[in-house]
Amino acid sequence: MPLEVDGKTFETDEEGYLANLNDWQPELADAMAEADGAELGENHWEVINFLRSYYEEYQIAPAVRVLTKAIGKKLGKDKGNSKYLYELFPYGPAKQACKYAGLPKPTGCV
Amino acid sequence: MAAAEFETPKIREYPIIPHLQEGVMAHSKPFVAKPDFQEKLGYPGELVDNWKEVAIEKMGELTGKYRSLQVFLDSCVKCGACTDKCHYYLGTTDPKNMPVARQDLFRKVYRRYYTLPGKLFPKLVGAEDLTEEVLDDWYSYFHQCSQCRRCSVYCPYGIDTAEISMAAREIMDAVGKGQKYCNEIIGKVHVIGNNLGLPEPALADTLEGLEEDVEEETGVQVRFPLDVKGADVLVVTPSADFFAEPHIDGLIGYAKVFHQAGISWTLSSYASEAANFGMFIGSYENMRKLALRIREAALDLGVKRIVFGECGHAWRVAYSFLNTLAGPFDFLDPSYPVPQHICEVTHGLIQEGRLTLDPSKNDDMVITYHDSCNVARASRMGDRPGGQFEIPREILRTVCNHYVDMPSYSIKEGTYCCGGGGGLLTDDLIELRVKGALPRMEALKNVVDDYGVTHMAAMCAICKSQFSKVFPYYDFEMDQIVSLHQLVSNAIVLQPEGKEESDENSPGEGQEQAEAA
Repeated sequence: MPLEVDGKTFETDEEGYLANLNDWQPELADAMAEADGAELGENHWEVINFLRSYYEEYQIAPAVRVLTKAIGKKLGKDKGNSKYLYELFPYGPAKQACKYAGLPKPTGCV
Repeated sequence: MAAAEFETPKIREYPIIPHLQEGVMAHSKPFVAKPDFQEKLGYPGELVDNWKEVAIEKMGELTGKYRSLQVFLDSCVKCGACTDKCHYYLGTTDPKNMPVARQDLFRKVYRRYYTLPGKLFPKLVGAEDLTEEVLDDWYSYFHQCSQCRRCSVYCPYGIDTAEISMAAREIMDAVGKGQKYCNEIIGKVHVIGNNLGLPEPALADTLEGLEEDVEEETGVQVRFPLDVKGADVLVVTPSADFFAEPHIDGLIGYAKVFHQAGISWTLSSYASEAANFGMFIGSYENMRKLALRIREAALDLGVKRIVFGECGHAWRVAYSFLNTLAGPFDFLDPSYPVPQHICEVTHGLIQEGRLTLDPSKNDDMVITYHDSCNVARASRMGDRPGGQFEIPREILRTVCNHYVDMPSYSIKEGTYCCGGGGGLLTDDLIELRVKGALPRMEALKNVVDDYGVTHMAAMCAICKSQFSKVFPYYDFEMDQIVSLHQLVSNAIVLQPEGKEESDENSPGEGQEQAEAA
């Protein structure tokens, strides 16, 4: 199911994850969120940007704990926990946020 | 990621055998593996033209190779003892999820091509041709079996549906119709070393972060060593322990146990996965290749012992098959079991009085324990029958003041699968996972209502992820599932001035002997 944004078509996998990491652009994240009935605010973007920079360095999404710690540092300690991340991304920070950030879906027993 | 389009089953006060609803789960199918994932494991990329011949030949090969499989196919007398034992049948009401009916999807084809009456009078003996519809049914319903083996406990002949499911999946792989979730993951382990695809630098970074966290929290420098040559113990754990919650809290627990006992240990970036999905797809070759990574890491690091972390099916592979898959392990210290489970280590240390534990640290919780199917029914722990049931419970009763068991039909050898085992822990099967969790949810609700249970402990990465996902469907909170060693971690009292572990010197061998028990 390809994704169409600004007249351009982007290839995705069966679950809507971007097929090619390099295709990513911020508008895609907005479009994916819209399709899920959500709107991305500043705090969503903090998470998405962190995911992308972590991925660039390590070629993998960060562990949930690494993510919560980083977000806690950026947005305040009260937000550095999974509960807050689940408020932002109800389908799970590891999966939904990765999708919006254009990262592949984490696999395994997670 | 659209909202779930199915109804979550209602929790009842006690289990009721549901009315049948034929075909109600026929639509449930996981994504098919892409050619790329298939070929990496040595399977055809897509359904081959002569798939029927290939499938029948493979079936003959498997029944010839595995006598157990042929016995299971020949010996069923349709007594019906298994029918209401499967959590997927109880949760979905689809009659093809009765273990005997699931087996018969395979058995009817076997009868048609491999038994004389089936060849001569197929209709009289329930034999059927292998057709596209049959293959479709296989793909659907053999991916609605978590290979948990609960049905086999109640079968008077001991017929093991799990083995039949594994064979069916192997045949489907051989004709080019594999399952995406399992096969993508196995490919990742062959290349990177773990299910997540977590490369060494990311693993090192995560472990470093954990050292900081634990020091911040306890004031004690607890190490999470990676690739340390000459360590005594190689810990092989599911990669979810590095990534997910509450798994990672269990990993912290292992580290604290080793720290306090002064045992030198290490993780390996090469064998950074305990899980072995080769078993789920019935592939001996893939299972062996995955297991050999552990052997290589143990040899390379020069360890004396191998200890497995909290992973259900990994323990089945480790306990039951590791020696024949990747042995002999004559280079390890024979005074310890090969391999050993982290619970055996912790339990042994508790017996010896080598851990300082304060169970009141867990006083904010009332705990129950979910026996993972592969630990409960496919392996053992310690040196006595039932050790796999008692050792985890003894640990829990030591580290928690408030522990309650769920109803007897739902624990120990009668335990219900979490609903996500056997290679089904994937979002494309969420309906099946939610419905299959029903029997466990009912048993849990029972102790929540009657005894005020607040949390359920488990020691399998799949169980933990599955429960944190499906709990909200049944009005539980996702953080009500905890790792067994998370509770050990909470209770362990670390002394800031205590002796630090050393990678070079192992503590007195004599001291550690009792742990082996």
